[in-house]
Amino acid sequence: MTVLVPDRLDDALAALDSDPALTVLAGGTDLMVELNYGRRRPIDVLSLRRLAALRDWHVERSAAGAGTREDTVVLGAAVTYTTLLGDELARLLPALAQAARTVGSPQIRNAGTIGGNLVTGSPAGDTLPVLVAQEATVELASARNGLRRLPVSDFLTGPKQTARRPDELLVAVRIPVRPGRSEFLKIGVRNAMVIAVANCALVVDRERRALRCALGSVGPVPIRDPAAELWATTRLDWDGHAAPHPSVVEGFGRRMAAASRPIDDHRATAAYRRHAVGVMARRALERAWRPAA
Amino acid sequence: MSTETVEPTYELTVNGVVRPVAGAHQGDSLLHVLRDRLGLPGAKNACEQGECGSCSVLVDGVLVCACLELAEAAVGCAITTVEGLAPAGAEPGDAALASDVLTDVQQAMVEAGGVQCGFCTPGFVVAIHDLLDRVPEPSPLDVREALAGNLCRCTGYGRILAAVDQVVAVRSRSNGD
Repeated sequence: MTVLVPDRLDDALAALDSDPALTVLAGGTDLMVELNYGRRRPIDVLSLRRLAALRDWHVERSAAGAGTREDTVVLGAAVTYTTLLGDELARLLPALAQAARTVGSPQIRNAGTIGGNLVTGSPAGDTLPVLVAQEATVELASARNGLRRLPVSDFLTGPKQTARRPDELLVAVRIPVRPGRSEFLKIGVRNAMVIAVANCALVVDRERRALRCALGSVGPVPIRDPAAELWATTRLDWDGHAAPHPSVVEGFGRRMAAASRPIDDHRATAAYRRHAVGVMARRALERAWRPAA
Repeated sequence: MSTETVEPTYELTVNGVVRPVAGAHQGDSLLHVLRDRLGLPGAKNACEQGECGSCSVLVDGVLVCACLELAEAAVGCAITTVEGLAPAGAEPGDAALASDVLTDVQQAMVEAGGVQCGFCTPGFVVAIHDLLDRVPEPSPLDVREALAGNLCRCTGYGRILAAVDQVVAVRSRSNGD
């Protein structure tokens, strides 16, 4: 077992290029459990610990004349959940902060990273519905082919499966800051330290007058239903911002529940999950539609 | 990449001391190396999946579960265990465990009855120190959230929370003098 801990991104990419079988280690909250429990043999590891640039984040201002006033938050892949909870990021991306706050414990949030959540690709990953609802993109780097970007919804291809090629490193997540409210909801057996039975993210995009909702833990990847989103969008009062008619929030919840594809497992039954995401989608819409205080 | 099984040899900086690690197994967590190779049994081994917090340590000043850190990747980091919180000389084998080598948090845990079987205590002590270093006067909610990753099956938590209150009260009084 070799453990590489490079100081420079170029060195990390060169290592992955020469040995694509390397396992990338970020926060360790998934990989170390597999090693501790003997589910995985010791493997050659590329640790991101010393790549300080991957732990930084910044805001990219929208280009002048781009026809939009949208900024983009660019998160290094090794940004931790604790960092996502910081005041400034929580203000820019409140639903992402809400999701981060529900992950594990302080110890887990100090270690676990946004990139790890993505690359692990668990159907229950808490940030994933938020990233899908925000229409975030990931940035993958390789020594041979440089950078490529793809939408998170294309990056996540199945349960614990992603579009990352073996020689690629996930280096950044780009998240457009939508002018409007957003909401994240999660159901688990208690408040701390739980894997989601089901979760839900909803983003109100006031500029485009669009609604985006993604459900987690009820399918192989986060689930959206553009038809249900459009159905609700056309029934909302975008000018006066009046509270939606109860039939709209109920109809939206019903449609999202119908779009879910849950399974029975040790955490919950499919029937419970389907019911739960309907309730969460309804509540998310009600909360996100409240006028700004 | 070599596949032969060479025993890793590396050094870890724990409680300010550079310590060579011999005979560690491949893929060993920091927790195993601390306990079984470096003779520092303060961090406790229970769930090995980050659920219980009994192995809480600080790595470069950040509270983490030692069971989720790959030991070999922590080379060059400043690691602090519960043994390193007390004044120098409090490590096992030294003139240990007289009350004057306990930290205020450890002393308060004893006085408030926050220690019963004691297994979770070191993890709580490290987590409480971390909290009070960052937030000297935490709200009750701050305390509960900060300790949500540490499980105790004996005390019901009330006495642990009382110990935190006691430390906060004493520290803020002495700061006011």
